[in-house]
Amino acid sequence: MIEPLLISVYIFVLAIFVGFETITKVPPLLHTPLMSGTNAISGITLVGSLISAGSGHSKVSTILGLIAVIFATINVVGGFLVTDRMLEMFKKGNKKD
Amino acid sequence: MKIIITLAYLLSSILFIYGLKNLSSPKTARMGNFYAMLAMLIAIVVTLLDKKIVDFTFIIAGLVIGSAIGVIAAKKVHMTAMPQMVAMFNGLGGGASAFVALAVYYRMTAEPQLNIIISVVISLFIGALTLTGSLVAYGKLQGLLKSAPVIFKMHQTLNLLLFTSFVIMGIFFTINPNNSSSLLAILAIASVLGVLFVIPIGGANMPVVISLLNSCSGLAAASTGFVLSNNVLIISGALVGASGLILTRIMCKAMNRSLADVIFGAIGGVVSEDIGKKDKQRVIKYAEEDASMILESAQSIIIIPGYGLAVAQAQFALYEMAKTLIEKGISVRYAIHPVAGRMPGHMNVLLAEANVPYDLLFDLGDINADFQNTDVALVVGANDVVNPAARVDKNSPLYGMPILNADKAKTVIICKRSLSPGFSGVDNELFYSKKTMMIFGDAKDSINTMVKLLKA
Repeated sequence: MIEPLLISVYIFVLAIFVGFETITKVPPLLHTPLMSGTNAISGITLVGSLISAGSGHSKVSTILGLIAVIFATINVVGGFLVTDRMLEMFKKGNKKD
Repeated sequence: MKIIITLAYLLSSILFIYGLKNLSSPKTARMGNFYAMLAMLIAIVVTLLDKKIVDFTFIIAGLVIGSAIGVIAAKKVHMTAMPQMVAMFNGLGGGASAFVALAVYYRMTAEPQLNIIISVVISLFIGALTLTGSLVAYGKLQGLLKSAPVIFKMHQTLNLLLFTSFVIMGIFFTINPNNSSSLLAILAIASVLGVLFVIPIGGANMPVVISLLNSCSGLAAASTGFVLSNNVLIISGALVGASGLILTRIMCKAMNRSLADVIFGAIGGVVSEDIGKKDKQRVIKYAEEDASMILESAQSIIIIPGYGLAVAQAQFALYEMAKTLIEKGISVRYAIHPVAGRMPGHMNVLLAEANVPYDLLFDLGDINADFQNTDVALVVGANDVVNPAARVDKNSPLYGMPILNADKAKTVIICKRSLSPGFSGVDNELFYSKKTMMIFGDAKDSINTMVKLLKA
């Protein structure tokens, strides 16, 4: 019964390492967009929320799911858009603005 | 079908990692963000194909409401307000995880599996803690709550007590999952803990808290992945968790504090006794005319912006001045300290918004050796990050903190409101140095005056 949990832990630990390797290379210049971008990624909980809101099991479950969908969607949509808005502002110097 | 869904989730995970990889350069960063969006879209579309979903009413309602709020928030927010926006979004992510955990519990039909039970407990705990902690952080940054540390007697004892009761409730729930009251107790405990965790942290330590909550929101997503046995959640949650931890570490290092110090220390505002005893006569006040003459005759200038710059809304005036100086053939660069803003990398965004090209923005490590060959270091609204005491004075609370070596430049011009100490509460001997020109007043007014003088 505990076996699926162990496989998940396995994946989790490896992903943490990938995260460390990838993100250490992000320069301080981009740390704010990094944060808002990863913030949007953490809204991936939306996937779980959708199933809860749509599986029609019980009223409680559906309502909780609906709230979760709203929260996660704000997180995802707002996070990605504001990251894009910031990254758009980063311009190189030699081109005259 | 199951295979297609699983493979799509794999593709989504790969795109998330690839997107983050592209964030390592400003040239590819926008594309990277786009890959992450695509990854998210794939994950969502694939999920909607899931057989378990029978009713789309609430899904559509939730998506529409959420998107509308998200779009407005992203378009309206001021760049100075990014920290509180990120704090709020962290909280929403955590909240979503907590609600999903609860929802999963309430739709369990058969005897629940042990792995799911444990995951629900952890997911609910991290999610609820992230939600309330982030709300407090938001309140502090937005000015709705007092930003000063709030700490009461037995604060840490209470935290420990609450954590212990969480563990006990978790064990209760694992033994008897049909008893929902222990789960609701966990929800309550986690919510209170989130508040107690963030409320004693204030002022200059906020960047650490936001980074930490960022990490928590990722871990919350990953724990939801454990609840649902969904790998794309586990992987992307882990990526975010790692990212937040890295930023937390960078911020702690830049502030010369350990993480434990920030969370349990509640320092800040400890004024050293030397202040007041200092002979203030030695500070020589200069006028904008003097400064602009020095700037004009320099060959190389490094600007050190601090958060005071953003408070005075002087980024645009500063850009105007730098442009004027560059047109006169003077080399102008910016030195950005990691804690120059209210969140990691904040100052870079504020300057980018004011049209400062990013190839003029330099990190501490990349520019610090150049100060000794620089004619003028222009410090605007910064204090602790240029305090030479950090290098030499072993008794200073700043000792060991990485600083920008402004004092190595031939002349130092400091635009500042007053002689008041920075967040550390320590006096800055650079203000009294012979080669320092202090210009008191509102940064925006001072710079605008200098721009006029330079253009004349």
